[in-house]
Amino acid sequence: MSDNTENKNTVAQVEEEQYSLNDDRRVKVLSPGAMVTKRFLRNRIAVVGLIVLAFMFAFSFLGGILSPYGENQQFYRIDIQNKEYAGAVKNNELRYMAAPDQKFDSIIQAQVVLATQKHKDSFTYREIDYGVYEEGPDFYRVTLLESDTTIGIAYKDIVTPSVEGKTLQFEFVFNALKAYTNGEKSFSNEGTDFFIDDDGGVSTPEGEELAFISRYVIQTIVPGTFLSRTFQEELVAELEAGADKFVFTDTDGIEHEYTIDYKADVKNWVIRQATETRVYDTYAAPSREHWLGTDRNGMDMLTRLMYGGRVSLIIGFIVEAISTILGIIMGGLAGYFGKWVDNLIMRIVDIFYCIPSMPLLIILGAAMDAMNVDPKLRMVYLMLILGFLGWPGMARLIRGQILSLREQEFMTATEAGGIRVSRRIFKHLVPNVIPQIIVSVTMGIGGTIITEASLSFLGLGVKYPFASWGNIINDVNNTFVLQNYWFIWVPAGTLLLLTVLAWNLVGDGLRDAFDPKMKR
Amino acid sequence: MRKYIIKRLFLAVIIFFFVMLIIYTLMRCLPTSYIEAMARQKSLQPNSKSFEEWMAQLNEMYGMDRGIIAGYFHWLGDFFRGSFGDSWYYTVPVIEKFNDTVWLSFWMGLITMFFELVIAIPLGIIAATKQYTKTDYTISVLAIAFISLPTFFFIALLKLLFSVKLGWFDLFGLVGRNYEQLNAWGQFLDKCHHLVLPILTLIVISIGGLMRYTRTNMLEVLNADYIRTARAKGLDEHKVIYKHAFRNTLIPLVTIVGGSLPGLFSGALFTETMFSIPGIGYTSYHAMVAGDIPFSMFYLAFLAILTLVGNLIADILYAVVDPRVRIA
Repeated sequence: MSDNTENKNTVAQVEEEQYSLNDDRRVKVLSPGAMVTKRFLRNRIAVVGLIVLAFMFAFSFLGGILSPYGENQQFYRIDIQNKEYAGAVKNNELRYMAAPDQKFDSIIQAQVVLATQKHKDSFTYREIDYGVYEEGPDFYRVTLLESDTTIGIAYKDIVTPSVEGKTLQFEFVFNALKAYTNGEKSFSNEGTDFFIDDDGGVSTPEGEELAFISRYVIQTIVPGTFLSRTFQEELVAELEAGADKFVFTDTDGIEHEYTIDYKADVKNWVIRQATETRVYDTYAAPSREHWLGTDRNGMDMLTRLMYGGRVSLIIGFIVEAISTILGIIMGGLAGYFGKWVDNLIMRIVDIFYCIPSMPLLIILGAAMDAMNVDPKLRMVYLMLILGFLGWPGMARLIRGQILSLREQEFMTATEAGGIRVSRRIFKHLVPNVIPQIIVSVTMGIGGTIITEASLSFLGLGVKYPFASWGNIINDVNNTFVLQNYWFIWVPAGTLLLLTVLAWNLVGDGLRDAFDPKMKR
Repeated sequence: MRKYIIKRLFLAVIIFFFVMLIIYTLMRCLPTSYIEAMARQKSLQPNSKSFEEWMAQLNEMYGMDRGIIAGYFHWLGDFFRGSFGDSWYYTVPVIEKFNDTVWLSFWMGLITMFFELVIAIPLGIIAATKQYTKTDYTISVLAIAFISLPTFFFIALLKLLFSVKLGWFDLFGLVGRNYEQLNAWGQFLDKCHHLVLPILTLIVISIGGLMRYTRTNMLEVLNADYIRTARAKGLDEHKVIYKHAFRNTLIPLVTIVGGSLPGLFSGALFTETMFSIPGIGYTSYHAMVAGDIPFSMFYLAFLAILTLVGNLIADILYAVVDPRVRIA
C-alpha cells in the first residue's frame, strides 16, 4: 500500500520536473572545453599517449625521489687482482759496509773484488797498501796494512734487522757474519753473547730476536709494508724448492696467497699477492640492487634514466616556452599590423627557416667543448639556442590565423571600444589561436626532445655529470657495448621513443579534438 | 610568371645574404684556437718563421684580420667567385672534398626517395580511403611512430639485429675488408651491400611524414564536392579514388616532392656518421666538430642554398601544377 503511494509520488515528481525550468532541467550543453575533452577522450590512441606521458612524468619526477640512489652515485665492486708484492734475488755479488769513520769508497770496493777473485790477500792502490782477510766463506775484512785498521767488510750473506726501522752497528754485523759464515752458533759483541740459530736468526740470550742472516735479498714493492722474518724465511724455503705458489699465515692467523714468478733473464723472483681491489662497478648486469645494471661510470642505470627523463622533459618544456612566447609576440605583431611590419617579420622568419639548425648546433656544441663550458651553463645555452631557433614556425602559424581573425566583427568592436593595441592583440586575437598553439607546442615538445637527445648522443648537448637519454645511448658508439650490454642503451632508447611518440599522439588527438569540422 | 620567378629569386638572394651574415658572425665569434694551433705547429718546423708571423699570415689568409662586416664581404666575394679555400681538416681544397663525397649522398638520397614515394603514397591513400578503420589506425600510428623514431636509436637496433645477431651486414664502412681484391662489378656489389642498412634507415625515418601528408591531403580531396558528384553519377569507387581523387591529391604531393629534390644533396648527417659512410654528411660532421671553418662555412652556405632552391621549386611547381593558382 505504502509502496504504491510512493510510486505515485515519484511519478508526479518526474512529471513536475519535466516541465520545470530549474537549472538542472535545462538541456545539457557542453562548454567548448568540455566538448574538446570529450572528443579527445573518445580517441583511444591519444588517451594511450596521455597515459604514457603521465607515466613518463611520474617516472622522471617521482622516480628520482623514490630511487634509493643519487644521480651521480657510483658503485664499486671488489675485484681480485694479482699485484706485485715483493721481489727476491739471490745475492751473488759482494756487498760492502764501511767501518765507522772510515773511507771505503767504490774504487777500493772494486779493488777488493779483483783481489778476492785472484785469491790475493792484499792489494795496492794509489801507493797505499790494503789487506784483504778472508774471515769466512764469502766474507772479507779489508784493512789498511800500514796501521792495521779495519776500514770495512765485504760479504754476500746479508744481515737484516728483525725490527722495522732499526739499524745495525758495524761491529755487530761483523761479529755476526764472522760467526755465521764459520758455522758458529754464538758470538759476543760488546760484552753480550748472541746466538745464531739454524735459519740464521740472531738473538740475545733473553731470546729477543735482533736480526737474521740470509743469502737472499727480499724487498717489498708495496710502500709501507715490512716483511717479517718468518715471511722471508718461509719464502726463501719455497724459492729454494722451486715452488710457484706460496701461502703465508701471518701473526693474526690470516692466510695470504702469493704466486712466485722466476725471471730467468734478470735472475730474480717476483712475488705477487692476490689482493682485493675496489673498482667502479661498470657495466654490471641487471640485478636485484640495480634493476637495469650500471653504466660505464658504475652508476645505477635506472636512476640515471629517471634523471635523464627529467632533463629531457624540462628542456623540452623550456625550449618550447621560449619559442612560443617569441612566436606569439612576433606572429601577433605581424598579423595585426600587416603591411611593412608583416613583411619585415616574415622575411626574418624566412631567414631563420633557412638557417641549417642541426649543423649550426653541432658547430656551437663543438665550440663549447673547446671552451670547456661548465655543463650546467651549457644546458642553459642549449635551451636558449634551441628556443631561439624554434620561434619562426610558431610565428608563421599565429600570423596566418590572426590575418583572417582581425577582419572579423569582434575586432571592429574592440577598435570601437577604444581598447589599446597590445590588449587587442594579446587579449582578443591570441586567445582565439590557442587551440593551434596548444597542438603546435605539444608536437613541438616531442621534436625538441629528439633534437636534444640527438645532440647529447653526439656528445654535444647535455654533458656528464648530467644524465640525458641521449647521452646515455651515446655509449652504443662503443661496439662492445652495442654487442654485449643491451641494458645500457635499449631502455633509454625505448623511453625516448615512447615519450616522443606519446607527445605526438596527444598532439594529434588534440588537433582532431579542436577541429570543429570533426564529425565524431 | 616570369616576373614572379625573378621576384622570388631576388628575395632568395637577399635571404641568403642575411643567413650567411648570421652564420659568419657566429663563426667569427668562436674561439680561433684552430688558427693558433696551426700557427704554433708551423712555427715549430725547422727554419720556420716565428709564431707571430705565422699567425699574421694565417689570419690574413682566412680574412680574420678584417672586421666582421668587411670579412663577410670578402668571404661572400670569394664564395661567388667560386674560391672556397682549403679545408683545414682535410687539407685539400673544399670543393675537391665536396665533389668526392656529395655524389654518394646524392645516390643514397635518390634511392631513398624512390622507395619513400613507392611506399608512403599508396599507404597514405589506403589510410585515407579507409578512414576510421583498423587499417587507417595502424598506418597512422605507424607514421607517427616513424616520425618519433630517434635515428640513432633505430640505427643501433638495426645494427644489433642485422650485424651482430644475424651477421648479414658489416657494422661500419662503405667497403668490406677484401674490397681491393674484387673486380669492378664485385666492388659495386660490395658497396651496395654496405649501403643496405643506411638506406633502410633513411627510408624508415622519412616515410612517416609523407604518409601523413598524403593521408591528410587525400582526406581533404575526398570531402570535396566534385568527389560527391563523381560518386553520385554512379562511377565505381576505384575510378573515383584513382582517377578523380588521386590526381587532385597529386598537386600538393608534386609540390612537396619537387621542393625536397635539392635536399637529396644535403646528405644524411646521423646515418652517414653512424655507419661511417663517407658522404657529405659524414665528411662535414667531422669537419664541423674539428672546427674546420672553410669547410663548415661552405657546407652551411650549400645547405642554405638548397633550402632556398627547394622553396623556390615548390612555389613555382605549385603555380604550374594547379591550374586554379594564377600568379600575376
